[in-house]
Amino acid sequence: MSSVAVGTAPPRAAFDRALLLVVPAAAFMLLLFVYPFLYGLALSFNPKEGGALANYRHFFTTDNLWPTIWTTLRLALPATLINVGLALPIAFKMRVKSPYQRWATTILVIPITLGTVLIAQGMLTYFGPKGWLAQFLQFFHLYEGSIRLTHNYWGVLISLVISGFPFAFLLILSYITGIDPVLARAASTLGASPRAQFRTIYLPLLAPGLAMCFCLAFVQAFSVFPSAVLLGSPAGPTRVISIAAYEAAFEQYDYSLASAIAMIMGFVQLIVVAAVLGMRNVMYRGPVSGGKG
Amino acid sequence: MDHDFNELRLDGVTRRFAGAGGQAFAALNELTLTIQRGEFIALLGPSGCGKSTALNCIAGLMQLSSGSIWLDQTRIDTLPPEKRGFGMVFQNYALFPHMTVAKNIGFGLKMRGLADNAIGPRVAHALKLVQLTGQEQKLPGQLSGGQQQRVAIARAIVIEPPLVLMDEPLSNLDAKLRIETRAEIRRIHKELGRATIYVTHDQDEALSLADRIVVMKDGVVQMIAAPHDVYGQPANLHVARFMGYRNVLELGVEAEQGDRVTLSGPDLRLTGVRKQPIAGGRACVAVRPEEFVLGAGPGGANSIVGRVGNVEYCGRDSLVDVVTASGTLLHVRATGKPVVGDTVQLHVPVERVLVYPHE
Repeated sequence: MSSVAVGTAPPRAAFDRALLLVVPAAAFMLLLFVYPFLYGLALSFNPKEGGALANYRHFFTTDNLWPTIWTTLRLALPATLINVGLALPIAFKMRVKSPYQRWATTILVIPITLGTVLIAQGMLTYFGPKGWLAQFLQFFHLYEGSIRLTHNYWGVLISLVISGFPFAFLLILSYITGIDPVLARAASTLGASPRAQFRTIYLPLLAPGLAMCFCLAFVQAFSVFPSAVLLGSPAGPTRVISIAAYEAAFEQYDYSLASAIAMIMGFVQLIVVAAVLGMRNVMYRGPVSGGKG
Repeated sequence: MDHDFNELRLDGVTRRFAGAGGQAFAALNELTLTIQRGEFIALLGPSGCGKSTALNCIAGLMQLSSGSIWLDQTRIDTLPPEKRGFGMVFQNYALFPHMTVAKNIGFGLKMRGLADNAIGPRVAHALKLVQLTGQEQKLPGQLSGGQQQRVAIARAIVIEPPLVLMDEPLSNLDAKLRIETRAEIRRIHKELGRATIYVTHDQDEALSLADRIVVMKDGVVQMIAAPHDVYGQPANLHVARFMGYRNVLELGVEAEQGDRVTLSGPDLRLTGVRKQPIAGGRACVAVRPEEFVLGAGPGGANSIVGRVGNVEYCGRDSLVDVVTASGTLLHVRATGKPVVGDTVQLHVPVERVLVYPHE
């Protein structure tokens, strides 16, 4: 080993001064994300009483805390699936330029400009027991029973779909329009029906983008808070994990426990995201045009 | 599935687009053409002449505004592309980036519901035809431009289509590869024995590949003829210009005798062959640069005297600008080494001076 140690040191890469341009962004990340995260992580291991893991032990043994994970997943996963599942066919239809495209896109995207609270307010007057929907259905004798779409699971789910759909739609639309339409035309000359073109060309090329869209939409839905309070029943079926963290922090003033809950929340999100992105690795990920590079 | 046929008939195929100000313009106007089995047809013209529109209409990627397309007794212009079964090679290849070479080539067979064990041998045969055996498992992104082009050709011909449509398939290749692939395309066409329609703006490609050339301009067919006739006897001035008749001079008509016309300008007098009826006192002559011969003609006929202007050395010969005393500029291909400023005498054979009505 020592016999080959003589020789010139490997040349060190010259320092590229353009790298300095990264410094502001890196500092921003450190100050506003990494530091608070590490602070919260450390705080979660310093409970008011008990050992380092007391908060986590408390969370997983208390009956109104640990089930919030399932409550949140039960809302976030279906909402994400509905959003991505609805956005895909609609975005696919919208991929070709048409006079209606701009109008339809605008209407579909409007909810993104409304805050969650505004949506909740509107939903209460529309979907409520004496809301427009109920009055309409009863006026035309379409449905006589009472309508309960607010202050329960469904209210929160609908709100998550309304606020999350435009986001998924825009993301998927940009992925779809990035796929060279000549590929589908080539497939059609080879005998692929429109359905087969979608299945064999668009879907495989979209899959990585769909996975990414699913992750982002899921993380957004998992951190649901305002609509769970305003449209759900925050004491019961929609007591989501962020409500538990809020109560710990601002009703019991136990910041340490609140930090622990936030860490658990982040961990659950991480597991789902990692699972979805892991699946992405087995898919094709490359350029989505058929031409020469 | 037997795709054999005797002829493909285009009958008044027209495609209009909405232009500026709501005015519809015809990108393709009344294309009527019958293509026999085994024929190689080139659609030739500058960009925007409607040749790609014609190809897309035949492939079914574009609807006709009027007219019809027939494959023997079957009307096909109402069918979607996937029901026509024509093979198409796209300008940018349009290979499926997420499929291997073998999957790309086998795609058309799979869509026809063939079993995997039937697809394999046919893909292998197509790969052999385009000389890409051994590249089956690569993705298109790992191939060079020329290889991608050959995969695209293999993908279009493996389904044994009655008609192969090619949209400027060589325009993305470098000069050397273009000539090699050109020979390949001709060989594959012969081997398949079906019909090929080939769109190009390159007259060399059209001349070397096609049995018949369809010259187009502004959506209108200008001439349909064998390469030899398109090159030597252009039907009108547009075709002549496009086929390399770079010298187009408007002159006064002096005398007409049969199809021979004598025309004259301030300091030149040319006799040529009339290609279209001429009217009025003026007409245009078209002469290819390579038809001029240095020296006086027999009996001094069709002789021109001028001074050598610019000289562009091209290796085998030079492209020389000759300017007559009155300032008429002639493009001449000359061997030897003309010296700038020298006075030279040229002549051109009567049958190589083509006379068309002036524009």
